[in-house]
Amino acid sequence: MSGSVVLLCVLAIGIVAFLLGRLRANALAGPKLSNLHSRPVYYGGFVAIWATLPALLLLAFWSITAPSVIQSSVRGSFPAEVLAAPQAEQNLEFGMITSIARGMKLLSPADAETLAGDAATVRTLLSAKGVPLAGDPKPYMLPAADELNRLTDRSNWLMTGAAVLAALGGLVYALRAIQPKLRARNRVERVVLGALLGASSIAILTTIGIVASMLGEATHFFSMVPAHEFFFGTVWDPRFAAAGSGGSEGQFGLIPLLAGTLYIGFVAMLFAVPIGLFSAIYMAEYASPRVRAFAKPLLEILAGIPTIVYGFFALTTVGPFLRDISAQISGLVTGDYANFIQAQSVITAGFVMGIMLIPYVSSLSDDIITAVPRALRDGSLGLGATRSETVKRVILPAALPGIVGALLMTASRAVGETMIVVLAAGVAARMQLNPFEPMTTVTVKIVNQLTGDLEFTSPQTLVAFALGITLFALTLCLNIYALYIVRKYREQYE
Amino acid sequence: MTDITSADPMVLTAAPPRREIGIKRRYAAERRFRLYGILAISFGVIFLLLLLWSVVSKGYTAFLQTEITVPVTFTEKVIDPQNTRATNPAVLMAANYPVLARDALAKELGVDPADRAALKEVNSMISASVRVQLRDIVVNDPSVIGKTVPVKVLAEGNVDAAYKGHIDLSVPESDRKISDRQLGWIQQLAAKGELASRFNTGLFVNGASSRPEAAGVGVALIGSFFMMLIVLALALPIGVAASIYLEEFAPKNRLTDLIEVNINNLAAVPSIVYGLLGLAVFINFAGLPRSASLVGGLVLTLMTLPTIIIATRAALKAVPPSIRAAALGLGASKMQTIFHHVLPLAMPGILTGTIIGLAHALGETAPLLLIGMVAFVADFPATPLQPSTALPVQIYMWANEAERAFVERTSGAIIILLLFLLAMNIGAVILRRRFERRW
Repeated sequence: MSGSVVLLCVLAIGIVAFLLGRLRANALAGPKLSNLHSRPVYYGGFVAIWATLPALLLLAFWSITAPSVIQSSVRGSFPAEVLAAPQAEQNLEFGMITSIARGMKLLSPADAETLAGDAATVRTLLSAKGVPLAGDPKPYMLPAADELNRLTDRSNWLMTGAAVLAALGGLVYALRAIQPKLRARNRVERVVLGALLGASSIAILTTIGIVASMLGEATHFFSMVPAHEFFFGTVWDPRFAAAGSGGSEGQFGLIPLLAGTLYIGFVAMLFAVPIGLFSAIYMAEYASPRVRAFAKPLLEILAGIPTIVYGFFALTTVGPFLRDISAQISGLVTGDYANFIQAQSVITAGFVMGIMLIPYVSSLSDDIITAVPRALRDGSLGLGATRSETVKRVILPAALPGIVGALLMTASRAVGETMIVVLAAGVAARMQLNPFEPMTTVTVKIVNQLTGDLEFTSPQTLVAFALGITLFALTLCLNIYALYIVRKYREQYE
Repeated sequence: MTDITSADPMVLTAAPPRREIGIKRRYAAERRFRLYGILAISFGVIFLLLLLWSVVSKGYTAFLQTEITVPVTFTEKVIDPQNTRATNPAVLMAANYPVLARDALAKELGVDPADRAALKEVNSMISASVRVQLRDIVVNDPSVIGKTVPVKVLAEGNVDAAYKGHIDLSVPESDRKISDRQLGWIQQLAAKGELASRFNTGLFVNGASSRPEAAGVGVALIGSFFMMLIVLALALPIGVAASIYLEEFAPKNRLTDLIEVNINNLAAVPSIVYGLLGLAVFINFAGLPRSASLVGGLVLTLMTLPTIIIATRAALKAVPPSIRAAALGLGASKMQTIFHHVLPLAMPGILTGTIIGLAHALGETAPLLLIGMVAFVADFPATPLQPSTALPVQIYMWANEAERAFVERTSGAIIILLLFLLAMNIGAVILRRRFERRW
């Protein structure tokens, strides 16, 4: 019986438990419901929780531990020469056994007969059933696969039995515990509160997961490539080695990637900050409500467009346009129609990313500017300053910390942006200052290193996690610094 | 402004001339400043329109597909020369079907069957997907062998492009993907009504294909649908539960402070980092299958949670304390107050935030690339555990294809994606307008 069926069984028992509990509470209450401490629903809930919660915990625990227990038991029965082989090889052998075991379940009894007789035909037989094997199975594998199937079956039956028993036991116990004085509501609410607390701790678990998983893989990487070579290396040349050849180590210098990331981010901010800031100022200070109601959502559409669409726009429209126009310009100036802007370049990626960032800058700054109190504005205007003077001398200084914070948050978005740079910035990791040439970024390399078919233990793959943790730390610092600035320099007007 | 203090008091007795306070200059600066603002906004709006125009103008033709209707004769000599199909059905699977379509079209065009160069050009007008199409016809109904049946076959990508006018005919013939002779044939067939554009249902139902004319987003749509279901089923309850705890129950202490800072930071973590998390935890550690929409859904759930939590907390905060006080005063417990009164009132705000979070998740690409959803999946996934791909990832894969026809497909897929996002956002706006209360 599969896990989901057991789960459904337990849940069905839970529903029955709820109904029984409510029924019993009603019966105990007699004619007057106020004889009970809580409303009957809570007694139902109380019984249902007792019936499902222990059983579910048992199920979760069992399905996590059972496979590894079974695996170690099967592995214990491997022949000695296999046990002597390195761990990785044993893992491969075990993988094959699981495939065989999966295939054997699909076989008809007649096929199983021939299988038992002749180990050599296993591969053709199984591949006919849609279970391809990586190599010819060794003779010891068939009994091992059989054993695996047998153990898994037995474990499943035991699990089913235990879960159903636990559910029924909980049900009976809770039903017997029901009395008019039982504080069922308080008990149920305590469980609900626990569930709420559990849900909110998922946020912490996610962070721990991010940090732990990336640190773990990154330390793995740093054991192969020294940390100083990664953080201070100026050459990025990971040299995709074929799986297993091992020998050729690449060079994993972070600096060119970081330079590209910061350069492209800088170009993007160069476009986004003035445009976004001026839009925000116009929208907050000048625009009539009608213009505002029309222009603000329009700009915010830009924030809702997926970045892959921006990437495609850069790849097929902006890049070729810049390339062609640069060829025209150089043709007019020098007579030689050679383009000096590459289709994939820092300027292409930066420009398109700038467009993407406009709404972030403008809506964040808009909120901050409108939060500056009316009195400051009126005072300045009343003293004879024009509107633009008010903006420049009164409002912007008052809003400055907030705006700086907003810009830092925008910058962290620029650093972490992936799809635009993957499609528009190029893959060449170079250190140079010409914005018309391609450069690459940290995010591009994470994607490049992980979309290939590499074994998971090579430094070529693991470097992605080192890059990831760098990126995480970088954006985290930017965001925390932004918060700090906002908190420290915020003007209190109340 | 300094002009005021330096004004000569003697002047006041005489007819006062206008004081020079640079009003012209200042008004000019004012007008300039205003102009900058207008320019900035119009720049943003123009680029929005340019972006949409570039996608739509490239992509709207993807919703049409050129098809050729040819009377295909299912000759037994080609399909099953030895007449062994009764004993060996595999013959029908491996037969040379494209030849049938080629010969039928050649006959239709009046091409001499001995002219091999012409036959080759005829062949290149029909999509390679014809092999599967004709094979399915024959395998489903072997009695068709020997008969002549009109079949609608897909035109090859270049013919499709030429018929839609995407190929620049001023280019010399040798540099074009399509020859003058083929153009003549296209006109000939179009005049007879045998070559025509129809609505491209294949774009919505087909899976991945290396032939642009046969490629579609069907598998990607299903994958995205599974992922959205998972995100909705996990992120909404967990997000709401977490927000209720943080907003209503959490004591002010270090732990809750930590959770709060955490959630704000998670909202700002680059999405690709979630992809790394998914790869390390769900695939490597938990052993879930690569390319499965289950993993994608889990990753997107973690990514969407902070958005939903932040929106839900704002919605809960907006419910006035008097509601809580009234419920508590009538004897409800705190839990009852929240679940029976506060939560229903906050629901429109919560749902709006959820829809916006879902829309974000639908358009997200980067984390999905890392968990192996960049896969060539031609079969429809039946469960979230089977390999699948997602709409934005399909767009990414097509954007990397070299062929011109894929640009059209990519833009078409982008239009589909944007329409979904538009529908979701309009839904959110309607929800907010209709149900949100101001207290």
